[in-house]
Amino acid sequence: MGTGITEKQTTGEMPLSALLSTVFEDWFERKKWQPRAHQLKLLARSQQGDSTLLIAPTGAGKTLAGFLPALYDLTTRAKRKPGAAKTNDTRGDGIHTLYISPLKALAVDIKRNLETPIDEMGLAITVETRTGDTPTHRRQRQKQKPPDILLTTPEQLALLIAHKDAGHFFQDLRYVVFDELHSLVTSKRGHLLALGLARLRKLRPGLQTIGLSATVSNPSELCRWLVGQNRDGLNSHEAGLIVVEGGAKPNIQILDSQERLPWSGHSARHAVGEVYETIKKHHTSILFVNTRSQAEFLFQNLWRINEDNLPIALHHGSLDVGQRRKVEAAMAANALRAVVATSTLDLGIDWGDVDLVVHIGAPKGASRLAQRIGRSNHRMDEPSLAVLVPANRFEVMECQAALDANYLGHQDTPPLREGALDVLCQHILGMAVAEPFNEDDLYAEIISATPYASLDWDTFERCVHFVATGGYALKTYERHAKIKKTEDGNWRLTHPRFAQQYRMNTGTIYEAPSLNVRLLKYAKRDGKGLAATTRGGRMLGKLEEYFLEQMVYGDTFMFGGQIVRFEGIRENEAIVTPAVSKDPMVPMYAGSKFPLTTYLADHIRDMIADPKRRSNLPKQVADWLNVQGKKSVLPKKDQVLVETFPRGDKFYLVAYTFEGRIAHQTLGMLLTKRLERARARPTGFVATDYSICVWGLDDMGAKIADGSLSLDGLFEEDMLGDDLETWMQDSFMLKRTFRHCALIAGLIEKNHPGKEKSGRQVTVSTDLIYDVLREHEPDHILMQATREDAASGLLDIHRVGDLLARAKGQIVHKDLEQVSPLAVPIMLEIGRESVPGEANESLLAEAAENLINDAMTV
Amino acid sequence: MSDSTDPVSSNTPTNTEPLDDDILMAQLQEEFSFAPQQDDRHDYAGTCIHAVNGVELVTDASGVAYWPAEDTLLVADLHLEKGSSFARRGMLIPPYDTTATLRRFSQCLDKWQPRRVIALGDSFHDAQASERLSIENLETLKLLMRNRDWVWITGNHDPTPPVGLGGDVVECLRDGNLVLLHEPKEDSENGEISGHLHPKALLLRRGRRVSRSCFAGDKRRMIMPSFGAYTGGLNVFDKAFENLFEAKAFHALMRGDNQIYRIPASELRKK
Repeated sequence: MGTGITEKQTTGEMPLSALLSTVFEDWFERKKWQPRAHQLKLLARSQQGDSTLLIAPTGAGKTLAGFLPALYDLTTRAKRKPGAAKTNDTRGDGIHTLYISPLKALAVDIKRNLETPIDEMGLAITVETRTGDTPTHRRQRQKQKPPDILLTTPEQLALLIAHKDAGHFFQDLRYVVFDELHSLVTSKRGHLLALGLARLRKLRPGLQTIGLSATVSNPSELCRWLVGQNRDGLNSHEAGLIVVEGGAKPNIQILDSQERLPWSGHSARHAVGEVYETIKKHHTSILFVNTRSQAEFLFQNLWRINEDNLPIALHHGSLDVGQRRKVEAAMAANALRAVVATSTLDLGIDWGDVDLVVHIGAPKGASRLAQRIGRSNHRMDEPSLAVLVPANRFEVMECQAALDANYLGHQDTPPLREGALDVLCQHILGMAVAEPFNEDDLYAEIISATPYASLDWDTFERCVHFVATGGYALKTYERHAKIKKTEDGNWRLTHPRFAQQYRMNTGTIYEAPSLNVRLLKYAKRDGKGLAATTRGGRMLGKLEEYFLEQMVYGDTFMFGGQIVRFEGIRENEAIVTPAVSKDPMVPMYAGSKFPLTTYLADHIRDMIADPKRRSNLPKQVADWLNVQGKKSVLPKKDQVLVETFPRGDKFYLVAYTFEGRIAHQTLGMLLTKRLERARARPTGFVATDYSICVWGLDDMGAKIADGSLSLDGLFEEDMLGDDLETWMQDSFMLKRTFRHCALIAGLIEKNHPGKEKSGRQVTVSTDLIYDVLREHEPDHILMQATREDAASGLLDIHRVGDLLARAKGQIVHKDLEQVSPLAVPIMLEIGRESVPGEANESLLAEAAENLINDAMTV
Repeated sequence: MSDSTDPVSSNTPTNTEPLDDDILMAQLQEEFSFAPQQDDRHDYAGTCIHAVNGVELVTDASGVAYWPAEDTLLVADLHLEKGSSFARRGMLIPPYDTTATLRRFSQCLDKWQPRRVIALGDSFHDAQASERLSIENLETLKLLMRNRDWVWITGNHDPTPPVGLGGDVVECLRDGNLVLLHEPKEDSENGEISGHLHPKALLLRRGRRVSRSCFAGDKRRMIMPSFGAYTGGLNVFDKAFENLFEAKAFHALMRGDNQIYRIPASELRKK
């Protein structure tokens, strides 16, 4: 907690003694600290019984603010004697304060920071963590003898409230503190947490919440999230809000690279030398990248030129936990000069004296960048220092837009989504595991959770029936029901094994099946491959199964900061050995790409349109845009430029739509379908964050010119109707989404990695289930959940819709004789970017045909 | 065959090398593609003929094989009532798999109009599965069985005969030059037709991967794909296939949407 507090702070008008006891006063005195105004304000509100959201920048002492009410209350009310009645002046021996954080590591970190003041003040307060890593015996003990303050994660809360003793365990609960609330609420994880909170409120109606958050674009959403909805005759309620204005503005620069700026790609290979020099000039740097692949790549390349042997470390979610803890400890001890990291380091962990944040690649969002930069320099009155390193020319504009936004303090965090139905299904089973439930009561409880505030009864009931019997129109599973309505009108679990099943599958974080990667010095091989006696070695981390499945013996790849050779798979482990290779593969990881936010996209369009805004771009980029203006067109801000040109034996159409990669992939599929129908014979497309490129065998430019192909028709808004439906049906993306929903909703159990197929099928593939369900009951609740998910997530349909509305009457077509400067980046992506899994039958045809051709030409 | 232009998709080259066409050519020299014949009752479009022990079988993209000389349709691993079998263990997957499987199979029967059907085992997912059939599905199945011979070969999932359905129940059927049974044997006789393994094949080309359920066969034997709606597949290079074929000297007849693609094993990958 020391990091949060600087020496010279004002109390505001509030007298300290009015709120805190002498123990606290003395402690602040000894530390030569003064409580900050917002800390006291939050304390005062809490003492009045209010729930509050505190929005403050890093370094503002947020954590202490969040815990002060609890610490104070715990010290002023004695524990009651065993057997004695509860009074206002005593408290029971259950959990008093629950702290929920998005990261296990954060809970551990907070415990350390919380114990310091508790020890220094000599308070009789117990603090414990409970995460997936907590050993069973300690969990058991925590149930019997709960600590005063329990630090935990959303998944653990779900498990705790699904226990039959939950009422007892939480009977003394007074506060729930949500740390990094802005990051907790955006996902399905947040939906599960909101439902958990609703249950806690039911167990303890007087419960108060305290939310701690970074700056967001719409704070009132979070204020609503913290308190119960649909009560006292009103549907909407909000917690109180305290906002601490940011301290000094960060000092952000874009790396002014002397190297030639790449046209495309995301590696920033050109700038590695300059990044290295920058690291040398600072004490400790965090180098943020967007993906684990980039992390491996950058780390490798930095060490290649690390002549000074600077201690540079690597940190990402696939690495072995032990390895990550080591890096974190070294970081806290200021033993590192730099750490290359992904978003696993985004959240408020104490990082020692970081004095520089380097952001490699596009920031993708203004708020995202601001939060990352906040990591450096935890003293809020000194400016943070950050360097942005764009990896290509479009990224330069994106960095500039993010930098401008940061200067203006603009936020572009995404709006909160309605609660997902698969999560609701999981929760309903959990509530039956806790105790038999009455439908009406549970419904009232669920719509008190903000994400589910507008859930209708009918949908709720369908979810209950899904949990009970699968909810199929064909009611054949009554006798296999997991929950049944008994004579007293309550739904009751039919067998204890479903409780076990629930506990083993709680949570919403879907991890692609992955294998451990073990590094050996050498691997023995026999005639059949890897010798069965392979033992020993060191665990490097985990890698997605689908990447490893593509590997054959001898392939080399980068992992854990080194180059390794794939030897083979033994049980649930991939065995690798050290290797030397000039051209190792970089693992691709699922789901690691964020799309560009609408806000940044708007500003990039603005920059292209407005010469004034281009003035502070680096010369290479400014020149590039100028040439574009001469050779083609620089579109005005509300225009959509479409270029057509031939190249090689194909014809290309490039649309500069700036709606982010995901929306563009959806758009690409739809455009291709339309072009097919217009007989323009398209044969492929590629999408980036900024534009989309379709190619084909016919001259699309000529067709547009002679009127046989209409651009307005091509971008007509109705493409989101039937075309989308047809395409979505078969899309592998929908199948992937379905799998995710089926796992969360509990239709199938999580696939345990390493479960080798033995010739006999032990599971049913969700793809097959999807096909059958689509044909026989397309309106099933899980299909509905899948479509809703896909619309906002994997397909980003809303943004495609926005674009089509925007493009109406605003399309500017330029038919060119050759590729334009603006088109070069996406042309270079052809054959590089991928839509994985869209396996294509024509490949089969090709292979088979080759056969015939080859056979015939012998 | 569909046209050979680039498929519509934004594609991908991961890190796999393209197949070496020269090696492929050398291996293909002895290959010969059978031109599908026609007869007056059947449309052979999209099928591929595979001869086992001299017996010509027509492999169909729907996953069945037609034996013209005996006017017989072969099908393997229907796994009827697999869904309800899972439901008994608490996985309430959609109860429509039997309906879906029977619907598809009835289309096959319409197409080939065989005098006889041989189901090569694991027709029912468990011993009680035939009792769990819904009335509608039972009626459908009886209708399909009407006016033709029907042989249920037993499998590891359905070692006992189905209750009250009729049809002959045998462990193994010898007919002409063929031996039909559920589980392929390492020391098989020539002409073995089996199921059990749910073969699928993976093709990798220019960095892209296509995995499809398939027939796996050489001149001595053929393993049928699994037909049931909830049946997945096992790669033809999995251990379970070891010793069944001479190394890579067999073909996968991969199931496209409306077309069988005959691919030599040398073209295929395990992963």
